[in-house]
Amino acid sequence: MIAVFAPIGRTVLGALAAIGSLAIYAASVLRHMITPPFYPRALLGALYQIGWLSLPVVGLTAIFTGAALALQIYAGGARFSAEAVVPSIVAIGMVRELGPVLGGLMVAARVASSVAAEIGTMKVTEQIDALVTLSTDPMKYLVAPRVLAATLAVPLLVAVGDSIGILGGYLVGVGRLDFNGAVYLKNTVDFLQQWDVVSGLLKGAAFGFLVALCGCYFGMRSGRGAQGVGAATKQAVVAASVLILASNYLLTELFFSA
Amino acid sequence: MITLTHIRKSFGSNHVLRDISLHVPKGSSLVVIGGSGTGKSVLLKCILGLITPDAGQIDIDGRQGTGLQNPDFLTHFGMLFQGGALFDSLPVWQNIAFRLLQGSNKLSKSDARDLAVEKLIRVGLKPQDADKFPAELSGGMQKRVGLARAIATDPSVIFFDEPTAGLDPIMSGVINALIREIVTEMGATAVTITHDMRSVHDIADNVAMIYDGLIRWHGPVGDLESAGDPFVDQFIHGRADGPITTQR
Ligand SMILES: Nc1ncnc2c1ncn2[C@@H]1O[C@H](COP(=O)(O)OP(=O)(O)O)[C@@H](O)[C@H]1O
Ligand SMILES: [Mg+2]
Repeated sequence: MIAVFAPIGRTVLGALAAIGSLAIYAASVLRHMITPPFYPRALLGALYQIGWLSLPVVGLTAIFTGAALALQIYAGGARFSAEAVVPSIVAIGMVRELGPVLGGLMVAARVASSVAAEIGTMKVTEQIDALVTLSTDPMKYLVAPRVLAATLAVPLLVAVGDSIGILGGYLVGVGRLDFNGAVYLKNTVDFLQQWDVVSGLLKGAAFGFLVALCGCYFGMRSGRGAQGVGAATKQAVVAASVLILASNYLLTELFFSA
Repeated sequence: MITLTHIRKSFGSNHVLRDISLHVPKGSSLVVIGGSGTGKSVLLKCILGLITPDAGQIDIDGRQGTGLQNPDFLTHFGMLFQGGALFDSLPVWQNIAFRLLQGSNKLSKSDARDLAVEKLIRVGLKPQDADKFPAELSGGMQKRVGLARAIATDPSVIFFDEPTAGLDPIMSGVINALIREIVTEMGATAVTITHDMRSVHDIADNVAMIYDGLIRWHGPVGDLESAGDPFVDQFIHGRADGPITTQR
């Protein structure tokens, strides 16, 4: 019996320890974000890398998701003659849930991996040590700008993704399901509330923070050699994805449970 | 002035430094020799505080603590890392001028660039290399850019980790002369790691040999040949047979 439960216990304890140390790291990142020196050029570079260059992948994810959502809701709605709900449910589903979650996961795949690989490589090639000897704190020069950039950029990506997802639903609705274009748009706008949108953007900010945090955390702890960097990259993507889904549940409870 | 007293450092069961005591007087040049993997790079990182020793004491300029614990130490310090450790996101000149472009009294971009180009020429590279990225350079060229970065702010304490590894004999001579010049003319305190016996003779005031986690021998470079220690003898003459076991 013990032989069965011991590994499970070890895994749980290991996960709890990792979450604890990640939380301590997050607190330290926040502290470095608000204390000088600041590196505005590093922040701009990170905004470009994390925000601008993620637009295509987030946009593509959103348009196909919105399109599929319209088809599904139409089919589901048809079972009780409620096809007319398609525009509003597509909008609410995109904005509250799928926009931030899928956008966050795509950013996790793209950004957590590249940040972890970049910082991990800097670690194993002694570039982090070199920074320290040049009186530059890696937490301020490398980590804080990336985490801040992701926290700012992902909500904007989510906003773009929301719009493109709704457009995907519109295209399918009007092109395949014989909705009237003007009616579709009116239904979308009329039933969408401000809090639906804002809550999704807040989720996006949280997910952006977690993605960059995981990339930096695992990159900084990278083991030696190419193998170390590979392992760090994998851990960063897995941890970021799981944390996004877990925190999505918690935030949804917080925002919407009565 | 750097003093190490009974420094120990292990990685798991790998006892790299077992008991190291060393003294580097101000303005002198110490060369550390020893086989690959004997802990020479680890020793430099322990002095800096990039690696925390398990035991022992480090004093720098009479103050107890590692380089990182001494607040002003880093502003007068430069280091050439074994692998160069250039920032591959920055062009060569920004690597060299990195420190000059940070902080409250930073130089203007054009002044920093001029200074970087001047250092680039001192290490035998061309002004046109200034705008290249590290990945576009050969290993030996990267090493020399790392050296230029280490000396960019005319530091008073400099560590060189294998400065001539990967360089051709002529360029090695140039770099050895440069390091000696920095010590003699600017009065810097230098610690250099090398395997290259010519560097030892060109650079060193004093030599220390690490073997098996201990300082096997320590003395003025003039006494090296007549050290009378079989380990030192085997190392400096590069003999395959002797007390230092080589696995084949
Ligand atoms: N960060 C580290 N983690 C674990 N082992 C290390 C680390 N750094 C160095 N070592 C080990 O310490 C020993 C000495 O390494 P090093 O100081 O780089 O040797 P060298 O004398 O060639 O410079 C080697 O066995 C190396 O594997
Ligand atoms: Mg070494």
